[in-house]
Amino acid sequence: MEMKNASAGTLESGDIMIQIAPTDKEGLQIDLTSSVADQFGKQIRKVITETLEGLGIDKADVKAVDKGALDCTIRARVTAAAVRATGKDVWK
Amino acid sequence: MMFVPGNNPGMMADAHIYGPDSIMLDLEDSVTMAEKDAARLLVHNALKSIDYGDTEMVVRINPLNTPYGKKDVEAVVKAGVDVIRMPKTETADEVRELEAEIIKVEEELGCVGRTQIMAAIESALGVVNAYAIATASKRMMGIALGAEDYSANLKTQRTPGGAELLLARETIVVAARAAGISCFDTVYSNLDDMETFRKEVELIKTLGFDGKSIINPRQIEVVNSVFAPTQKDIDKALKIIAAIKEAQAKGSGVIAVNGKMVDRPVVIRAERTIALAIASGILNKEDVL
Repeated sequence: MEMKNASAGTLESGDIMIQIAPTDKEGLQIDLTSSVADQFGKQIRKVITETLEGLGIDKADVKAVDKGALDCTIRARVTAAAVRATGKDVWK
Repeated sequence: MMFVPGNNPGMMADAHIYGPDSIMLDLEDSVTMAEKDAARLLVHNALKSIDYGDTEMVVRINPLNTPYGKKDVEAVVKAGVDVIRMPKTETADEVRELEAEIIKVEEELGCVGRTQIMAAIESALGVVNAYAIATASKRMMGIALGAEDYSANLKTQRTPGGAELLLARETIVVAARAAGISCFDTVYSNLDDMETFRKEVELIKTLGFDGKSIINPRQIEVVNSVFAPTQKDIDKALKIIAAIKEAQAKGSGVIAVNGKMVDRPVVIRAERTIALAIASGILNKEDVL
């Protein structure tokens, strides 16, 4: 899948900033920063991975800066970044 | 009805904690053009995932004649929104166009008829066509005044007394009542002037509105306190309803409470008082029914 650098989200409380970039490496490289990484880091990575794989993206550099986002917010921001990066229509 | 920006996940997650009757997630004016796609996804995912309980969920979409409106409809209907609020409604045809878009998505989902419509009236033409708009579709659940755009369209500005809005407010209430739907007043934006806000809520309650649009949880208490019936009104209403039930059980026609004849308008007012008392949390539904 063709991909360019893209981002979505903000650094406001309750949000998460997602940056996606193409990579030569295999798999999803997720760099997560979160004040609740010890408690929820595994879950945040899981939601990011599942969302991207659901969109057919299994190879990308992902930088995530979490500010206490709910799972639904993580899904929305990852999807928005992925759509901006690939041009995929998620509504069809 | 509390307005919440559709691109602010923190506010969207917390909004129902404050107990508004309905929450309006906004995809229109509070979202920049560059963020329309992201806000649409955020609202879609929030509606699908966050448990808003009994709170009525409304989404204000972008106008259908923009590149965003139809996509907004698809996203929020797929997420199961209760009500779509159409901004800047001027004609009944616009309501029917929105209905057609909703039907397209509902047919795909197999849930035709689920989504209701609220039309915001924000121009002189919209006020002139208020009844036609209110009756344009069986899905219409309410009409609402959008005063900022309306004032600008009238070539005037908002004042604390609201003289410039009087005709629009009365027209909207009359149109809604004639159509048998609800009506909601516009927002009051100055959070530092709660006294004028309270006066405005008292005014619109007197005019007959069902509720007020708000922009901050701090305004909820004022609206609820103005709209909540007094204990005296509630006691009287309960007496009337009890007398009606008793009369119906006995098969008698005309009844009197405290020496006054109870006719149909009195019963309707009593029912509304009890409905408001339940909505305000003063009465429990179970205690009345």
